[in-house]
Amino acid sequence: MMKTTFYAQEAVNRRESVILVIAVLALLGALGFTIGYGTSGSTAGAVAVTLGALGLGALLSVGSYFGGDKLVLASSDAKEVDAESEPQLMNVVQEMALAAGVPMPKVYVIDDTAPNAFATGRDPQHASVAVTSGLLQKLDREELQGVLGHELSHVRNFDIRFSLLVAVLVGSIALLADFFLRFTFWGGGRRSSRDDRGGGLAAILFIVAIVLAILAPIVARLVQLAVSRQREYLADASSVELTRNPQGLERALAKIAEDQEVLEVANRATAHLYFTNPIKKFEARAGSMFSTHPPIIDRINRLRQLTGEQPLAEAEAQPLSGLD
Amino acid sequence: MELIVVLVVIVVVAVILIGIYNGLIGRRNRVDEALSQIQVQLKRRHDLIPNLVEAVRGYMQFEQKVLTDVTNARAAAVAAGSQGVPAQAQAENALTGTLRSLFAVVENYPDLKANQNVLALQEQLTTTENQISFSRQHYNATVLDYNNGIQTFPNNVFAGMFGFAKRDFFEAEPEAADVPQVNLSLS
Repeated sequence: MMKTTFYAQEAVNRRESVILVIAVLALLGALGFTIGYGTSGSTAGAVAVTLGALGLGALLSVGSYFGGDKLVLASSDAKEVDAESEPQLMNVVQEMALAAGVPMPKVYVIDDTAPNAFATGRDPQHASVAVTSGLLQKLDREELQGVLGHELSHVRNFDIRFSLLVAVLVGSIALLADFFLRFTFWGGGRRSSRDDRGGGLAAILFIVAIVLAILAPIVARLVQLAVSRQREYLADASSVELTRNPQGLERALAKIAEDQEVLEVANRATAHLYFTNPIKKFEARAGSMFSTHPPIIDRINRLRQLTGEQPLAEAEAQPLSGLD
Repeated sequence: MELIVVLVVIVVVAVILIGIYNGLIGRRNRVDEALSQIQVQLKRRHDLIPNLVEAVRGYMQFEQKVLTDVTNARAAAVAAGSQGVPAQAQAENALTGTLRSLFAVVENYPDLKANQNVLALQEQLTTTENQISFSRQHYNATVLDYNNGIQTFPNNVFAGMFGFAKRDFFEAEPEAADVPQVNLSLS
């Protein structure tokens, strides 16, 4: 299905992320309900369990909401820059901030030859953008503008906050499932009294709860990764809304994906934040359900739809296949 | 009993109307803010140009006409600031044309091209041109949002009553579609 305007692409991406979040909510609800009913034999118990898990998950995420950006910046060894030290970078960020109608974020540079970038911060008033020195060297002004448009779009679309919401839900599911499975298999002495409450339905739901408790965390994680990929596509389309120049972003994607350097400060915990997946491994991992970023070829082809160009030919796509 | 129902309906309608009104106020204010942001960028360009002209003047003895064109166009743009938006847009576009000619001419002077001051100023002017464009683009985005706000149902029913009028997009002058004339001759 061709989406030839960035408005259309943005609408599809937003809709799909909302559907995915509803799916995770439903999963949490189902898990909470079956556990609660299966153990206590009443709907009140079910509701209490679900709300309890959500509350605990939210509490654990509060710290990350307020302090998360400083943590990520510190762990990436990022140094703040200003108009004197990096005039062109600051100018390009300023241009994109104007186009997006957001305040100027703080700008950081990471000293690494691998080209990459990320944005963090709970809302546009508290946002930071970081780029590597490798990115500044290897990209020209148009390409840099495309990448920074993408990062500022993450800020403008409240993606950091959105992924935190999803992480809270997924974390709650994992927590709930974990507690329940431990309780069931190691608290075996209580089992006999359970048979008396709620009757057959509770027993059935109890079994269902065990199955869900095993599967739900995995499924929730897959949904979380799918949401992450949708938000990346959304940021690409939003970048074009800002720059009105799909080719700049397209060239940047191709350049960054082909670069073989490994970004040393990135690790599995922070990989999802970056512009392209900074963890380069040899197995073909892109295009799978386990990837935080969409495959580069798909991102480039979606941008090509916006200008009516043909998708990448086989020969051009070869060096980029399997990359995200 | 009916009294309570009527009261509830009135309160609900009032809340909806307040929501519509406040939403439209917010959108209209964003439009005004975007408009003044454009002015900020235009002024920035006016302020940068004299520095650029001085930086290159010493190197370009043969190119005085190009420099004079830039200086005059800048003065005209500053004066046009008080003559309304269409006159101002026309003057600013003329200024853009003279700056493009200047940069094209600078290409002929290797010493000048490599000069750090000139490079820094070129970057400043490039970014200023971009910032002017992006401010206008953002202004159009806010106008779109606002016009959608007052024209879609149910807001359109109340928009006129509350005094919200449609706003115009920023449109490039017809002359902007012409290719800028770049004079590369040495005379």
